[in-house]
Amino acid sequence: MSGQISISRKALAPRIRELRYSLYLMRKSILALVGLAMVLFVIIIAVAAPWLAPPSNPREPMTIPKDFAQPKPPGAEGHIMGTGTYGSDIYYGVVWGARTSIYVALFVVLVAAIVGIVLGAIAGYYGGLIDELLMRITDVFLSLPGLILAMAIVAILPRSPDPMISLGNIMLALTLVWWPPYARLIRGQVLSVRENVYVEAAKAVGATRSRILFRHIVPNSLAPMLVQITMDIGVVVLVAAGLSFIGFGVPPGSAEWGRMVSDGHNYFIGTVVYNGVQYNPWWIWVFPGIFIFIFVMGFNLLGDGLRDIMDPRLRR
Amino acid sequence: MRMSVYIIRRLLLLIPVLIGVSILVFSLIQIGGDPEAAYITERMTEPQIHAIEAKYHFDEPAYIQYWYWLGGIVQGDWGISKSQREQPVTTIIAERFPATFELTMVSIIIAFFAGIALGTVSAVKKDKPTDHATRIMALSGVCLPIFILALILQYTFYYSLQLFPSGGRYEIGTYLDSGGFTTYTGFYLIDTAISGNWIMFQDVAWHLVLPAVTLSFGTLAIITRIMRSSMLEVLSQDYIRTARSKGLPEKAVINKHARKNALIPTTTVVGLAFGGLLTGAVLTETIFYWPGLGKWSTDAIVALDQASIMGFVLLTAVIYVLANLVVDLMYAFLDPRVRLG
Repeated sequence: MSGQISISRKALAPRIRELRYSLYLMRKSILALVGLAMVLFVIIIAVAAPWLAPPSNPREPMTIPKDFAQPKPPGAEGHIMGTGTYGSDIYYGVVWGARTSIYVALFVVLVAAIVGIVLGAIAGYYGGLIDELLMRITDVFLSLPGLILAMAIVAILPRSPDPMISLGNIMLALTLVWWPPYARLIRGQVLSVRENVYVEAAKAVGATRSRILFRHIVPNSLAPMLVQITMDIGVVVLVAAGLSFIGFGVPPGSAEWGRMVSDGHNYFIGTVVYNGVQYNPWWIWVFPGIFIFIFVMGFNLLGDGLRDIMDPRLRR
Repeated sequence: MRMSVYIIRRLLLLIPVLIGVSILVFSLIQIGGDPEAAYITERMTEPQIHAIEAKYHFDEPAYIQYWYWLGGIVQGDWGISKSQREQPVTTIIAERFPATFELTMVSIIIAFFAGIALGTVSAVKKDKPTDHATRIMALSGVCLPIFILALILQYTFYYSLQLFPSGGRYEIGTYLDSGGFTTYTGFYLIDTAISGNWIMFQDVAWHLVLPAVTLSFGTLAIITRIMRSSMLEVLSQDYIRTARSKGLPEKAVINKHARKNALIPTTTVVGLAFGGLLTGAVLTETIFYWPGLGKWSTDAIVALDQASIMGFVLLTAVIYVLANLVVDLMYAFLDPRVRLG
């Protein structure tokens, strides 16, 4: 019993050493650390949303509480970031918007990655007709810019005033748009990894084809995917916000950053009067805008950092 | 391989992709549930509607419908745009294409020249403050949503400073006062110049500034990044050292020897950036009330005008595929190694 444990510990030791070294490299890269800090900042806000901004109706946290008055500037009546459309609290929207963004981004990227990995790996490993067919399908998907294909897909889905359903439509459309690049990436990796000697060895011991593919080849093909996924989490939020902005997606006054910026655009030129003072309501779009920027920038920097860390040429 | 053979091969490769795109768009229309809606307006009489049903064989299975639908597309029958005075989709495309094309071209020119200049400076002054500033700008160009950049520019230069107009292609008041201009090409910069109406030329140019800067920013960032890295790579080559050791002035080394070679990878990126520009045009045109294809597509979305949305998607795919083809050919022309592969 104890012998077994010590063996597995021994087997783990080089992996732990590698991980430690990765963390050390990470600590040395200032930009990656800044990115990590930004990402953690948004994640903490998203996790702590129920405490930071308790929802008035816990069943519909996506709907921002409103007082149906004109927008108020930051600081007025306890609204630290002011209020927007229908008097919705910007602070509440920004906080719950973090949760929305993370939901959307993680769902889209993870589902697309799983679909892409499975299809790409099968195409790369088995080759032949399956490979040809899959590559032609991805060609078609890649011949359209992502946002525009997503637009077309959301356009045919039934619309609903329920923010959760309209958000679901956006997630579905983005997932359909996002898997082809992953499938191509994995296929390319599989094509090179399957030439390794250990694959030959696994074949010689009599492992089944699917075991060789999913236990030996795929795990060793995932490193570039990890970098891509990290970067894409930010990009998904960017595109989702764009879709929301042009009128797809959630109804006005929902806790979604793109929608909030769009709401702000509607008030853009106008002025609001509060306590006898005129304001241009910049706060409606500036605060959610800053959060979109932090989110996208954070994942971008982190992805850049991860790429440098994982690149064997830069590693030693 | 000869250049002509290469061109023919690339053109043949286009066919399956375009067929695939048409199948994709057709499937979307079918899944959407109401393929007839694209051809029928409320003012049509019963027999007219029956005639359309017969023409497109809506009572037959989907693969037969596809055939007739594709026939219509090829002959220029793309359905009727309900959000645009019930005009045919192709008419609207012809009407609005120049506006988008003018905006996109000006943006590409800004992005290309500014990007190459910034990328070169950044590479030459590596790790100096100029380099850091450029890299931060390039990074924010990738991370800042285009619609937020548009709002920032509008807020600063229109609302606060009153320097530039908020949107549109020209001021209607100026148009009437200055006697207007004839539309020859739809590119207002060219039209006003041909008409000799320099007051309008200035007005049109003035209206282009904010949308074009907005649209170019993302592409500018990408071009700057690529230019910087390929410039750094070229600067470490032996022939640069040779040029320097021959005693050439640094300016000549950078401009004549290094930049020319660093431009090759940058050219390909311009083609890839085209997709970003088309996407960006949708958002930019919506914010700046620019009467182009992008604004048309968002209007169509609000009005549930399916024929226009699908027409826009199809057109975008064709433009995107052709743009990539042009870039591939340009690349093969600039770098003979590509043709050999």
